[in-house]
Amino acid sequence: MNLRSGIAVLGRLVAIGALAFAANAQAQKEPIKIGAFVSATGPAAFLGDPEQKTLALYVEKINAGGGVLGRRLKLISYDSAGDAEKARTFVKRLIEEDKVDAIVGGSTTGETMAVIPLVEQAQIPFISLAGAVVVVEPVKKWVFKTPATDRMACEKIFQDMNARKISKIGLITGSGAFDKSMRAQCMAVAPKYGIDIVGDETYGAQDTDMTAQLTKLRQNAQVRAVLNCGFGAGPAIVTKNFRQIGMTVPLYQSHGVASKEFIKLAGDAANGVRLPAAALLVADTLPFNDPQKHVVLDYQHAYEARYHQDVSTFGGHAYDGLMLIVQAMKNAGTTDDAKVRDALEHIHGFIGIDGEFNFSPTDHMGLSLAAFRMLEIQNGNWTLVK
Amino acid sequence: MSAQLLQVLFAGLTAGAIYALVALGFSIIYNSSQVINFAQGEFVMIGGMATVSFLHLGLPLPLAALAAVAATTLVALALDKLAVERARNASVVTLIIITIGASILLRGLASLVWDKNIHALPAFSGDKPISVGGATLLPQSLWVLGVSLAVLAALWWFFNRTLYGKAMLATSHNRLAAQLAGISVRRVLLVSFGLSGALGALAGILVAPITFTAWDVGVMLGLKGFAAAILGGLGSGPGAVLGGLLLGLAEALAAGYVSSAYKDVIAFVIILAVLVLMPGGLLGRRAAERV
Repeated sequence: MNLRSGIAVLGRLVAIGALAFAANAQAQKEPIKIGAFVSATGPAAFLGDPEQKTLALYVEKINAGGGVLGRRLKLISYDSAGDAEKARTFVKRLIEEDKVDAIVGGSTTGETMAVIPLVEQAQIPFISLAGAVVVVEPVKKWVFKTPATDRMACEKIFQDMNARKISKIGLITGSGAFDKSMRAQCMAVAPKYGIDIVGDETYGAQDTDMTAQLTKLRQNAQVRAVLNCGFGAGPAIVTKNFRQIGMTVPLYQSHGVASKEFIKLAGDAANGVRLPAAALLVADTLPFNDPQKHVVLDYQHAYEARYHQDVSTFGGHAYDGLMLIVQAMKNAGTTDDAKVRDALEHIHGFIGIDGEFNFSPTDHMGLSLAAFRMLEIQNGNWTLVK
Repeated sequence: MSAQLLQVLFAGLTAGAIYALVALGFSIIYNSSQVINFAQGEFVMIGGMATVSFLHLGLPLPLAALAAVAATTLVALALDKLAVERARNASVVTLIIITIGASILLRGLASLVWDKNIHALPAFSGDKPISVGGATLLPQSLWVLGVSLAVLAALWWFFNRTLYGKAMLATSHNRLAAQLAGISVRRVLLVSFGLSGALGALAGILVAPITFTAWDVGVMLGLKGFAAAILGGLGSGPGAVLGGLLLGLAEALAAGYVSSAYKDVIAFVIILAVLVLMPGGLLGRRAAERV
């Protein structure tokens, strides 16, 4: 080897070393990619919009606080507009092109169910923001979810009915997927609580008047309380019609309408309505020893300061989804998909907006009935039912 | 009459009057252009949403409603000027597709200009139900029924007693002949869009206290109004009102006595039956003339 070629080799080595060093530094600084797909527009926008805003806000906050494992978070978010087909396309893109480390999203049950085969195949931790039990029952290895299920809402409501010694009730259900799923779950758990469903009415998604259906329930002397499974404008109209035709039995609504919007729409008619809801709604009135108090208050203040909008529980689902992923990555000490998944499954006593999460290999939702508080609307405001 | 039946009838009449107002809007534009304006539901939405906005700006309700009607009329005029008139030599089907596009555009714009939340308007004269024979009726329902009747009377006068209205009717019967007689078909079309916009807005404002309003309420209201117009006979004013009321009553009776799950089905089965058995609708004039 002559001198010249020796220098050349040395030069090349130096160059390679420099490249390797640069690549190494790059790897250290390479952000952790969090993939998201939510219905920021479209019919489920009231879910996806606060979810999207919450994710953006908290990724920013986490980065300002130094990121996770010394790396920044990068949010790659798509708007699936409530469309299951779009959700599939975007999740494919998140997995194959964006190569994300974990996925949070799926505002509706339809979108979530459509992408489960994809994430299971790609083996990426996925936290769904959808309500229905089918998401986590049966348990899927890579799929977790944050919102409490409709079955738990039914159980909470039936518990309250038991306490009031009500055993015969009428159901009125909207035609949406959420509405129908909740009706089915309530029917399924009713016998367990000794509840007899003696009236069963439905209404369409865009119906503007439910007095005909409610009159049927009113004429049924057996009905001692009415439970409305639904969300959107329907329950507000049901509540107004309920008062209009002078019904006096207790009226229960689902957690689906647990937002200030509902009170605003139903007005005075909302007074006396009971519903199960997450702690977020009554953050101010929670006792100081409640473990969730400071978590929900912090979230509420941060969200309202940034967006000048009332917080909703839906944004809370996204907060929990993101924070659980971050917690799992911290616990695992890596972003390795399998290890993060295992860490998620072992998360215990994590206090989120939706409640206290205790995941296990057989429970990928992790909440107990305590996640729901029974509320009654009084004078246009929420009060805790003791 | 049992209290239950009475309650169901009240519900049907209120819903029916709403469908009737939307159906009238369809008929007016159809009369002057043979076009079915699928953005009619969006006029209803804009009327309600704009009123909510103007209320927030501090205007009293009557003024806010007036401003909203004016705003919706402007939107309707713009739709005609910017889209429909420019394509006036295109076929009717093309024009209909243009209105479908416009409805999607207006819906999208509304979700951006306003928001995606559901809004309520205060009832015009309180929320206290009026009790009649064991059933109850909201004062707002009377408003809906009353204004629908007033609008029908005003439209009858306009189309039968004013030169402008007659010109519009003439255009609907024979466009070419009307043009030859010196009627500006272009202006007739513009006026019909403006009128439909105002009518739609009025419907949207009247129903918002009962049914709430949001950026996407136009879809279903538009569809039901269209169904009512078909049932009554496209292009016929009294037909639109009759169709709307019948549709509302049929839906309410179905919900109250058959099964609420089949409510929409029964309504649309009636429409199908009408289309097959008497394509001109109940009060339509075309079926007989075309033979």
